[in-house]
Amino acid sequence: MNIYDLTIHELKDKIAAGELTPAEIKNAYSDRINEVEDSVKSYITVTDQLADQGLAAYEKKKDGLLAGIPIAVKDNMSTDGIKTSCASKMLENYKPPYDATAVEKLSEAGAVIMGKTNMDEFAMGSSTENSAFFNTHNPWNLNHAPGGSSGGSAAAVAAGECAAALGSDTGGSIRQPAAYCGVVGLKPTYGMVSRYGLVAFASSLDQIGPITKDVEDSAIMMNVIAGHDPKDSTSIEGKKEDYTEYLKEDVSGMKIGIPEEYFNLDFDKEVKESVMAAVEKLKEAGAEVETVHMTDASYALAAYYVIAPAEASSNLARYDGVRYGLRSEHASDVSEMFTNTRHEGFGDEVKRRIMIGTYALSSGYYDAYYLKAQKVRTLIKDDFDRIFNDFDLIVTPTAPTTAIELGSKSDPLEMYYTDIFTVPINIAGVPAMSVPCGFDSNQMPIGLQLIGPHFGEGKIIQAAYTLEKLLNIKDKRAEL
Amino acid sequence: MSTKYETVIGLEVHVQLNTESKIFCGCSTEFGKEPNENTCPVCLGLPGTLPVLNKKVVDYAIMAGLALNCEIAEYSKFDRKNYFYPDLPKAYQISQFDLPVAENGRIEIETDEGIFNIGVTRVHLEEDAGKLIHEGSIDKSKGSLVDYNRTGVPLIEIVSEPDMRTPAQAKAYLTELKMIMEYLDISDCNMEEGSLRCDANVSLRPVGQEEFGTKAELKNMNSFSAVEKGLEYEVKRQRQLLEEGGEVVQETRTWDESLNKTISMRGKEEAHDYRYFPEPDLVPLEINEAWKEEMRKEIPELPREKYKRFVSELGLPEYDAGVLTGDKDMAVFFEEVLKDYDDPKNLSNWMMGEFLRLLNENNHSPFDSGVTPLNLARMLKLIDEDVISGKIAKEVFEKMYNSGSDPETIVEEEGLKQISDEDELENIVDGIIAENSDAVEDVQNGKDRAIGFLVGQVMKETRGKANPGLVNQMLRDKLMD
Ligand SMILES: [Zn+2]
Repeated sequence: MNIYDLTIHELKDKIAAGELTPAEIKNAYSDRINEVEDSVKSYITVTDQLADQGLAAYEKKKDGLLAGIPIAVKDNMSTDGIKTSCASKMLENYKPPYDATAVEKLSEAGAVIMGKTNMDEFAMGSSTENSAFFNTHNPWNLNHAPGGSSGGSAAAVAAGECAAALGSDTGGSIRQPAAYCGVVGLKPTYGMVSRYGLVAFASSLDQIGPITKDVEDSAIMMNVIAGHDPKDSTSIEGKKEDYTEYLKEDVSGMKIGIPEEYFNLDFDKEVKESVMAAVEKLKEAGAEVETVHMTDASYALAAYYVIAPAEASSNLARYDGVRYGLRSEHASDVSEMFTNTRHEGFGDEVKRRIMIGTYALSSGYYDAYYLKAQKVRTLIKDDFDRIFNDFDLIVTPTAPTTAIELGSKSDPLEMYYTDIFTVPINIAGVPAMSVPCGFDSNQMPIGLQLIGPHFGEGKIIQAAYTLEKLLNIKDKRAEL
Repeated sequence: MSTKYETVIGLEVHVQLNTESKIFCGCSTEFGKEPNENTCPVCLGLPGTLPVLNKKVVDYAIMAGLALNCEIAEYSKFDRKNYFYPDLPKAYQISQFDLPVAENGRIEIETDEGIFNIGVTRVHLEEDAGKLIHEGSIDKSKGSLVDYNRTGVPLIEIVSEPDMRTPAQAKAYLTELKMIMEYLDISDCNMEEGSLRCDANVSLRPVGQEEFGTKAELKNMNSFSAVEKGLEYEVKRQRQLLEEGGEVVQETRTWDESLNKTISMRGKEEAHDYRYFPEPDLVPLEINEAWKEEMRKEIPELPREKYKRFVSELGLPEYDAGVLTGDKDMAVFFEEVLKDYDDPKNLSNWMMGEFLRLLNENNHSPFDSGVTPLNLARMLKLIDEDVISGKIAKEVFEKMYNSGSDPETIVEEEGLKQISDEDELENIVDGIIAENSDAVEDVQNGKDRAIGFLVGQVMKETRGKANPGLVNQMLRDKLMD
């Protein structure tokens, strides 16, 4: 195997055994970036300097969980002195003066930060085609999208341009691209990972999580980034778990619910078959699998497309050209400057959501949209809580199809529908992981979603780890 | 017969809290720093930053709520108020919409017309915005500069019920609020520096009508006198309009100090839709009984109670009690002196006379001067014990004020002790009698007032040190038998 194909734990083992040095690892990944970046285009910024700094700090941090490990970070997480563009013209030249807490934790753990990855503008999208700069290509088939919005992070992991990456997930933005790119993506419980420094899209839904080559790496990454942060009032206080303790090949007696309403939706037959085959394997390994009934996922999707844009309309109001980022040259007074800056700086999808959100919060419409959506949200939470009274996990597909072709979806509503399986999880605030479960007839990866109760990351990791062993496909890499 | 109108006024008062750090970040709130010195990524609203609530700010808001006789919310939350303006870095202000910290309070005020109860609708927390700075006037300046030092400084907004019927009542209410905040020591309440700001809703209705008339919102009244003048102008303007058969338009008007009038700023149609919604970056605020009680203990005796006690228990005239309690430090100083001195009225005379005169002259507050409460008590005792005369006391007091020395030392060093020894005064009195034969004759002819002249002469001769009562007695003894 190539160095760039290795997982975090494999690289750590090789460093420990003296078979590889952090410098050799870093160079192998840099070479890989040089080799494939032109065709994959995962990165907005390759941060050579930051990587060298990380390498230089190795001796001091060699006990860190990620000492010497090349990691990529989505370009919506603040990096001190390094461009954090959110793939928007608005922030094309914005360099924050501080590090996001998650980035700080990576550095403390000794990570070598390779670069900032491409994404849908302000994390709004499901294919990374909404990046203001360029498309990212799916390493399994360059004509296909990597998914989104963390498409750059998922593609970078799948293409061996980093050992693992951070993504952010508001409605599926970690899990869906992980599924499309054949890697593991975890959206933790809301509040599990600090949002401080994550450029907000929808504050009550956003969550940072790892995208990795396997489940074990996901547990290691969680050990690094999870935990209470006094800078984020919504981050959860409590004892930190060691997620690697859940790396056990054991699902016997684990109760898994299969929501009929989700499987009855209109989606790709090959995806369905692959997921059901994987569920069958879990059953053979001793899991108790049962059909359950849940609220139609389309309600969650409707609520999501009110709540997320509403919060976004407020979160993105600060991009007004006054203090940083783009300022329109074409304005004769301050209100014109606001208008023209926002007109020139935001892409269509961002503008669409700001308008939807502004409308939903407007006086006279608030009760009918925002308030109603919040009520639906409560019902969906209750629905998940109800299932988790009797079940350990819920299994669904991660996405209705495998990776779509670049440029194939122009109708925004059609694009929104690709989040149908992932959105309810953010609405409920529970954790979920996408883990590869097979390939379709075009050799494109398929993802299975494991959903757990609040703080149920451990159970998810245990089931995913078992499934990974049962399926034995985790070493298959995209050929570039 | 023409209609009689009744004025209806409600006030919205913003009070800047004097916590050391801002409401959602660790930046200092100190006034007068270099522009943008007191800023950080959080209060500049940089992408990705999050607010963290300063607990002290909530403490202060609870205290304010309790002092205004409000119910304190068990469950309160923050909301975003969205609007674009260059001084608002997030383009929303974190405020409180439907669940404020405190509601349903009231305070008592007093004007020449009597005592009134004014309802307090709510007290809510919010963050202050920055400040735009222009070269010259706003329309001539080449650009705008923004100073974000004030951004994120904690504010409470106190909204009154429309319970005031005259501008004088509004002024009394505002004064009472300011005093309460000062007694709580939660704000500097300086209108000129903007730590106390007042907007007013003003309307008129025919006497007897229950329904409110159309209101105008009045802004930009930057001093107590501006509040009174602005309101008086606005009431007159609306009355004139109505009497001429016109209609008041719902609008926002600004008080122009230089023109001495209110000017229309924007109409109802241009009113903002702030699109309030719950702030997702902060968790709801839960205020339990223990927290409330802890804050209740922090509340000192408030000005109105103190005023009443000064009148009823200390027997002070209402006027004295008003002046003394009108300034917290004055009241505290007064009560400190009373620990060592037991004639409140005499003390009050001194504080409102000599002390206040010197404080005003030097622009001092009571604890800035060299006079300590204990030294003032000792000086008053020297007068009562005839060690010094009241006249000499003024001299001693001024020396105490400037030097910080105690009265006994000053009296000793300056030789100001009163002469109450008849033997010592005998020669001087005899000399004055010999030198003023006309006056002596007047006295002997029954013109009692001439005695005063002779006493004055003895006082002059002794440079004020003679005990005037004793001199008076000695003169009478010598001239009248
Ligand atoms: Zn600050």
